[in-house]
Amino acid sequence: MLRYVVPFAIFAVIGLFLWRGLKLDPTVPSPLVGKPAPTFSLPDVEDPAATVSSTDLAGRVALVNVWGTWCVECRHEHAFLVELARAGVPIFGLNVRDDRVAASKWLAQLGDPYVSSGFDPEGRAAIAWGATAAPETFLVGSDGTILHRHISPLTALVWQRDFVPLLREHCGPSDCPFLAAVGGR
Amino acid sequence: MIRLVSLLSLCFVLASSVLAFDTEVPFDDPVLEGRYRSLIREIRCPLCLNESIAESHAPVAADLRREVRRLIGEGTSDEEIKTFLASRYGESILYRPRLSPATWALWGGPFVFLGVGGIVFWRILKTRSAQPLDEDLPA
Repeated sequence: MLRYVVPFAIFAVIGLFLWRGLKLDPTVPSPLVGKPAPTFSLPDVEDPAATVSSTDLAGRVALVNVWGTWCVECRHEHAFLVELARAGVPIFGLNVRDDRVAASKWLAQLGDPYVSSGFDPEGRAAIAWGATAAPETFLVGSDGTILHRHISPLTALVWQRDFVPLLREHCGPSDCPFLAAVGGR
Repeated sequence: MIRLVSLLSLCFVLASSVLAFDTEVPFDDPVLEGRYRSLIREIRCPLCLNESIAESHAPVAADLRREVRRLIGEGTSDEEIKTFLASRYGESILYRPRLSPATWALWGGPFVFLGVGGIVFWRILKTRSAQPLDEDLPA
């Protein structure tokens, strides 16, 4: 009897693990969540004389969005970023591995949701932020802590599900004047 | 002949996929270049998880190779580079994650399984040796 039960039990245990594995998210969570946002200082993508740096983020709840004109999915999320920017959400861009002319044209054509975008042709700032590709969006709290990282396009659904609850939790009384306009009441 | 040619060309196809094309200028110092070559094999591409950044053609792998080369050139130690990358991408970016509470199961697991297997093996041996030998069987 035991000679049938034992192999079946082993099979069942392995099967259970594999079945669970099918439903697990293989995305490695960012070790930066809960840590201070990495510092960076980059020239502005549209104005090489101007600088975009991590000090611009200080004291405000903001989004940091990794993008590039080579990134098809960035085009998909762009309209929603413009919508958030109109509602008053400060969005900073990290323009990765891109071309200044193409990036300026993109912003002129599709609208510019960014307070400013840093130009990062070698992806050094992106590595500092642990970004793998684009689009990626980080939520940074007013104390400079990374609250969340989202890989893949930011949609209204993802925004309501993942970002709004964090905003409700972490926004101080005057941190997020945009909260009512973006679905956070 | 045709078979030999196709076999040889297949070899070239397979060989070219082993390493990604590295456009950076190599170090003059062979020690630094050697450190670079071995380090990029230890670092997992965060985008295509089953390749090291030495093998991967992903843009992020090229950026990481460039960054590793730059850090080595600046005199950063291998351990410091690993710590930096692990702090940004998680311990899983290292093909050999360092020992920590989160990786105890990973490093200790094989020994646990070896121990369990050993106990099972020993018990089987013990029960078998308690049985009489089959000396009566016809040869």
